[in-house]
Amino acid sequence: MLLKLIVKNAFRHRLRTGLTLLGVTVAVLAFGLLQTVVGAWFAAADATSRTRLVTRNAISLVFPLPLSYLQKIRAVPGVMQVSHSNWFGGVYVSERNFFPQFAVDAQSYFRLYPEFLVEPGEMQAFLRDRQGAVVGRRLAQRFGWRLGDTVSLRGTIWPGTWRFTIRGIYRGAEAGTDEGLFFFHWRYLNETAQRNYPRRANTVGVFILGIDDASRAAAISSAVDALFRNSLAETRTETEKAFQLSFVSMTEAILLAIQAVSYVVIVIILAVMANTMAMTARERLAEYATLKALGFGPGFVRLLVYGESLAIALLGGALGMLLSFPAAEAFGAQLASLFPVFSIRPETLGLQALAALLVGLIAALVPAEKGARVNIVAGLRSVA
Amino acid sequence: MSKPGTESAPAPSAGQTHAMSDGNTPLVVIRALRKSYRRGAQVVPVLEDISFDIGQGEFLGLMGPSGSGKTTLLNLIAGIDKPDSGSIEVDGIDITRLDEEALAAWRARHVGFIFQFYNLMPVLTALENVELPLTLTGLSRRERRERAALALSMVGLADRMDHYPGQLSGGQQQRVAIARAIITDPTLIVADEPTGDLDRHSGEEILDLLERLNQELGKTIVMVTHDPKAAERAHRLRHLDKGVLTDDPA
Repeated sequence: MLLKLIVKNAFRHRLRTGLTLLGVTVAVLAFGLLQTVVGAWFAAADATSRTRLVTRNAISLVFPLPLSYLQKIRAVPGVMQVSHSNWFGGVYVSERNFFPQFAVDAQSYFRLYPEFLVEPGEMQAFLRDRQGAVVGRRLAQRFGWRLGDTVSLRGTIWPGTWRFTIRGIYRGAEAGTDEGLFFFHWRYLNETAQRNYPRRANTVGVFILGIDDASRAAAISSAVDALFRNSLAETRTETEKAFQLSFVSMTEAILLAIQAVSYVVIVIILAVMANTMAMTARERLAEYATLKALGFGPGFVRLLVYGESLAIALLGGALGMLLSFPAAEAFGAQLASLFPVFSIRPETLGLQALAALLVGLIAALVPAEKGARVNIVAGLRSVA
Repeated sequence: MSKPGTESAPAPSAGQTHAMSDGNTPLVVIRALRKSYRRGAQVVPVLEDISFDIGQGEFLGLMGPSGSGKTTLLNLIAGIDKPDSGSIEVDGIDITRLDEEALAAWRARHVGFIFQFYNLMPVLTALENVELPLTLTGLSRRERRERAALALSMVGLADRMDHYPGQLSGGQQQRVAIARAIITDPTLIVADEPTGDLDRHSGEEILDLLERLNQELGKTIVMVTHDPKAAERAHRLRHLDKGVLTDDPA
């Protein structure tokens, strides 16, 4: 009977309940999407390996490191593999088509990144072709690229028109693997640099180190950096995660703002929901008084109000959570260049459910007490 | 619906004016009852030194002009309001000494309410409304449904069980309320202007029904009314004016 009363009461004013439900749904959806944006910001950091370190110029990432460091780094105890990459920063057709491009030492790089899965035949074709490129599956889909297609990039850091042939399309081994990257041969970049920009030849952006024991990351980092102390290009070595988080920290204020907005959305819907429940309780004082006159205790009235509030909030929350998936897909497709990995995480779903639950509980707090404590005589008079 | 018990009430104290209609054991014993309300800093007396008894199986009418305190008196007898002083014993229990929880349990077991505006739950069907007080008992759902159906049959609404209050006339809604009032076989039925919101014909039907409850089932009924036609159905009338019983108690 209690459940029946809760459900029937919840949908008694269909327009009001419908609008409140819509509000909760949109709020939970918006909250989920904003939380997903925050999560997407950290996606690169989340996808990192604990056994990979990154060595960069200690002054700034903008400044390169000499390729000659590679042999010295490789000799550091605990370092199993070393590769390197350069940020290319080319433009494909227009600036709006942004995607990250890296000049890499192909063989060592893909050994260090087993999460980029390339068919062996395609990898062979890539290794054989000096101007070959391997691109992520999502990136290929975005621009309709196929194997054998020629792609031209306009260099910004490395001026000129650079032509590449797609030789491989990788897919991610895990859901969080970025499938929006573009890799080509560092030697192609370096040979061109030797011809056109000799002072920038034989330099790399970062070294990537594969280590044997993640627990020794700090010691190995110190050992590497010690090698180049007081040199012209001192290094800073850190875990791959710390390296990625350093990019996130540059936009920390934006992230904080997004986080704050996501919680403000919930506070706003909480106020709307509380108003709805206050109106509901005020209208039903005579019913609560009647129930109490019939012998139902204040606890029963509290349950009625809490139940109704929770029914609306949780239903709205569930709808918002369900809609988050198609919304995230559409949102992710539109912002693929910004957020290579944009999907609803279980933690986000948990936060959405918690937000809906809290909205339902807090919104009912005052009306439930008001209903439970209604003076029977005064409550009965409110109908007359 | 069985007849209520016939336990003796305590003897009234000396010097107090009280009487019963027919010499039966009193079911309700009211002594030196006072009630006032606060309006800002002002204390407004509503009932002053009320003492009288209501007999077992009696149909008592409370009459009086607006603001005379008759509904307040009814509320006190029904245990939904607390007096400033005095006592109300119903079937041997001084309900003025019960705390909120005990009083709620007492009302559930001993009082059937009939309100002027029916006070049915609009989202529940007639059957569910009648069944509602039984959810406080340990009865199974099937038993509750059977009893509610029986009660609705008794008030002539067997064919309206699945109707919502909004689909029933005023008279039919009041009959549902009466079925709800008798479903727990209460000791006492209190009716506050039960015909006040009804047309003459529906009002007559409701009064017939109350009379039947009293005569055939032996229910003790206390009815507040200012309709002389309704008052005619009561065995005994008490008149209130400005919070004082003004008539001859005998």
